[in-house]
Amino acid sequence: MTTDHIRATEPNERGDGEFDADGIVPVAGAARPSGLVLPRYRHDDPDTHPPMLFPDYGSTNLRAPKQPLALLPQRLTEVTGPLLGEGRLGELDHDLTRQHAGEPQGQRIIVHGRVLDGNGRPVPHTLVEIWQPNAAGRYRHANDNWPAPLDPNFTGVGRTLTDADGHYRFVTVQPGAYPWRNHPNAWRPAHIHFSLFGQAFTQRLVTQMYFPGDPLFFQDPVFNSVRDPLARERLISRYDHSVTEPEWALGFEFDIVLRGREATPFEDGEDDD
Amino acid sequence: MTEHPDLTPTFGTGAAVSTDPTPVAGVALDPTPSLGSTPSQTVGPYLHIGLLWPDGPDVVPAGTPGAISIRGQVFDGAGAVVPDALVETWQADPDGRFDHPDDPRGARPAAVPGFRGFGRSATDADGRYEIRTVKPGALPDADGETEAPHLNLSIFARGLLHRLVTRLYFPDEEAANGTDPVLAAVDPARRATLVARPEPDGFRFDIHLQGPDETVFFAV
Repeated sequence: MTTDHIRATEPNERGDGEFDADGIVPVAGAARPSGLVLPRYRHDDPDTHPPMLFPDYGSTNLRAPKQPLALLPQRLTEVTGPLLGEGRLGELDHDLTRQHAGEPQGQRIIVHGRVLDGNGRPVPHTLVEIWQPNAAGRYRHANDNWPAPLDPNFTGVGRTLTDADGHYRFVTVQPGAYPWRNHPNAWRPAHIHFSLFGQAFTQRLVTQMYFPGDPLFFQDPVFNSVRDPLARERLISRYDHSVTEPEWALGFEFDIVLRGREATPFEDGEDDD
Repeated sequence: MTEHPDLTPTFGTGAAVSTDPTPVAGVALDPTPSLGSTPSQTVGPYLHIGLLWPDGPDVVPAGTPGAISIRGQVFDGAGAVVPDALVETWQADPDGRFDHPDDPRGARPAAVPGFRGFGRSATDADGRYEIRTVKPGALPDADGETEAPHLNLSIFARGLLHRLVTRLYFPDEEAANGTDPVLAAVDPARRATLVARPEPDGFRFDIHLQGPDETVFFAV
């Protein structure tokens, strides 16, 4: 869509600064005119996301890369991404309480919120995928066999698209906490997994939504792997009485922020500063 | 939020563009509010219930002429296979185009019917993933050069608190790979980790999360 892009007629001056995030290697080269002007997505503050290696979470030890990450400049493959639509959705994918013959056990909840970019703009018509254990804390998964009951009326999988305003809404049940073997008497706080695509490869995000006031936070290395306490708070949903439905379900609000764009477009190839 | 002084835009400060102040549609030119991103968290061991689609590995439908398989294994730092990873792929169509509004050449559907550009495959008990696709075309680069045909890969797994990003290049594109700006910036000793190996019906691309053959991973 050429109307969305400014065509540069002269090469831009090239920033020659060194990328200062931890261990990221810049790509060398010299800019020449091309006319390919692409949006560019801001890099997050390094403490927003967990480090790859977080020894308290034992599974990172053999899986986190040891070498520093190289910087991938944002070119065509990075600023585009799959725009997945209605074809991915079943009629009841947004309501995890109506996917079986009967109702699942547990506290019925409504989880809603907006998907925004870092500039505060809604991300419309984007696919949101969720999965979770049942009210007893057990996933319907062959490898989850701790002694809590399965619920024949609960799969624990949901999908929806955000609307034009970036809003999404699921009906489900409150997931239970569950034990794991990471450390003695380890329990995961109740959470719902979220997967988001946004509009570009750069915006892809998989995260977990937690519930306010969970007493298990203190001992959970996954939650605590996020070093910035303000960023960590962004993983916790908010009880939302305005969405709670009388004699029906409790409401929780969880807004999700994907990386925002620079205010000004850049000529492709200017990513190495 | 982020303070990267070096990210100060140079665009708009040069004489060449100052004559055209037309704002980009939907993008304010004044300072924009900056919200902190939601942090990443691991997919955990049970991603399969939420993220697998029956047609996940089908970047193109079965029976597509010229379709290739891209397959490989994921290994951890002890050399053990990773049986609970998810590999996602994103790529241009065979003409090097994206059906996406931010492709400045214009969004248009691929000539290949049913081409989705996106694939996802979980690894099995042997750490194997596989997708079916067609080879992407080369991409224009701002420097007037081209990016060699490539796929972007995201790897998710228990023990990965954030996705890992890498690129797959093709071994039969030696000339294009030789001038690819991303490959050129990678330590030559590790460049081979980004190049797939030929197989009779496609290509093999193993991913080593750690160890002497550690794959090159990117911050994007």
